[in-house]
Amino acid sequence: MEFQVPSLNLLIVLPVLIVTGWGMLLMLAEFFIPEEKKSWAPWLTMLGLVLALIQTIGLWGYNGGTFTPKGGAPMVVVDNFATFLNIIFLLTGILTVLISIHYLRRTGLDRPEYYMLLLFSVSGMMLMGMANDLILVFLALELLSIPLYILSGFAWPRPDSEESAMKYFLLGAFSSSIFVFGIALTYGSTGTTSLPLVLERISDAGMLGLVATAMLIVGFAFKVAAAPFHMWTPDVYEGAPTTVTAFMSVGAKVGGFAAMLRVFVAALPQLGEAWVPAVAGVATLTLIVGNVVAIVQPNIKRMLAYSSIAHAGYIMIAVAASVNSPDGVSAALFYMLAYLFTNLGAFAVVIALEHKQGEGVMLDDYKGLGKRRPWLALAMAYFMLSLTGVPPTGGFSGKFYVFRAAIEADLLWLAIVGVITSVISGYYYLRVVYLMYMYDGEGEVVANRALVWTVGLTALATLVLGLLPGPWFDMARDAALQTVQMVAGG
Amino acid sequence: MLTDWQFIALFVVLSPIFPAMPVIINHLLGPKKPNPIKQQTYECGIETVGDSWVQFKVQYYIYALVFVIFDIEAVFLFPIAAAYDQLGLFAVGAAVLFIFLLGDGLAYAWGRGVLEWV
Repeated sequence: MEFQVPSLNLLIVLPVLIVTGWGMLLMLAEFFIPEEKKSWAPWLTMLGLVLALIQTIGLWGYNGGTFTPKGGAPMVVVDNFATFLNIIFLLTGILTVLISIHYLRRTGLDRPEYYMLLLFSVSGMMLMGMANDLILVFLALELLSIPLYILSGFAWPRPDSEESAMKYFLLGAFSSSIFVFGIALTYGSTGTTSLPLVLERISDAGMLGLVATAMLIVGFAFKVAAAPFHMWTPDVYEGAPTTVTAFMSVGAKVGGFAAMLRVFVAALPQLGEAWVPAVAGVATLTLIVGNVVAIVQPNIKRMLAYSSIAHAGYIMIAVAASVNSPDGVSAALFYMLAYLFTNLGAFAVVIALEHKQGEGVMLDDYKGLGKRRPWLALAMAYFMLSLTGVPPTGGFSGKFYVFRAAIEADLLWLAIVGVITSVISGYYYLRVVYLMYMYDGEGEVVANRALVWTVGLTALATLVLGLLPGPWFDMARDAALQTVQMVAGG
Repeated sequence: MLTDWQFIALFVVLSPIFPAMPVIINHLLGPKKPNPIKQQTYECGIETVGDSWVQFKVQYYIYALVFVIFDIEAVFLFPIAAAYDQLGLFAVGAAVLFIFLLGDGLAYAWGRGVLEWV
């Protein structure tokens, strides 16, 4: 058989190449930078991420693919959907670097591998949004996860960090294997792993296709921490260094949803009758478990872990709505953008209060913050309101679009579940506000300039998304359109 | 479609029987005349020196990790070498990039001082 060179267009995957290459460069640069200049590492990382971000923004509006085998569909697609998500991932990376710099130094975790692993993980996330082939989805998933396993154990020899890494690794490996089994069954029933070809053939796949879909749902649900596959989340989020928790709670989750949307909306819409009720059921369970269990958490990292489970539930509503409503995908994209700023902002405040590793993360430590650091407390209160979904915040706009998409898709009951659980979530989010303003307390707050900037920027972005959601939602709609067109065209 | 799966089902049923049969037949037909020397554990003809539960130096795990680099290199370069004359420049580029990626990992390990025996 003659070997066929796949058609390549490396220019459009340049952002990913920059991020990966930058990571590899940092790996070696460590040995050539003298000891006293080691503090450059975060800024070098930032430079790489910003370069990739500029490249990515330049690709807005581009629609094409690369790594196309002869007579097949491209393995990597660059459309607005991928570009929108890549912007989210790169912003996550940049904000994580900003909140990490000082935290790592004062907790003694400042090892150069941190930033390198962060870059590798970001490149995996970016590939998740661009993957048009199940094999590539799997590779991207591993590239995203493996650096995170190491990062969550980065605070060794602290036992709970090691425990966190171990749990994350074992359950991550387990869920990956279920996911691979799903890919194998998809291949077995359709004879291909390429998403556009799966779309053409899946309706003839019968029972095997349904089993494959179920396994893919389980695999993704593990990655995005949806109930009943969320058990690892609180322990992992609590044990990992707080900056890594912040990065995981946004990046890994959005990465999982990126691939999930692409696979389910672009390749499996014909099986919608089967998977929409399943995803809706998972969403309901996730919303109830996440929001109810968060109420009793005394530790803010655990509380935010359960809150991130709950938010996976809201995005799941949008996923369930994406087949029957044209705005399902765009609602999910907008929600993830708002969630990025709100959650990273809240975590930045948590990091400011964690003066020593693992100390200052209890809810009681927030008592009296309103008097000690009024601006920081105001920002935290605003983030909590946004996570609850009170206008005018990004969180409110996100929830509004998600529920509207659900109603359009004839999933009124799911929207009602979402609204009720949002009300429940008010209890534990607003309790933080209550503790900050209604009590007196003392405790150290370490807020350096980069952290304050991050809090300010994320609060501003949340406000903009809350006051003027229109243009951003239109952008999300542009981004989602490509996927929907692919469905129609297939 | 279904007949293909029948073969797999058949395979699952039959495959344990084949390795099990010789052992069972041997057990049934072979003469049994045990004595103490025969009952000893067979280990390459040489008697063990000391306890066999010795502790290996934990540093070996790093060697195992670095070995993976060369292992992967061999596994992926052999197919390229086998089909070299049909592949052309693209494959050369891909192979060079691949070796570069592995070399990066090795250089990192080297720089960390992993290759020095302490």
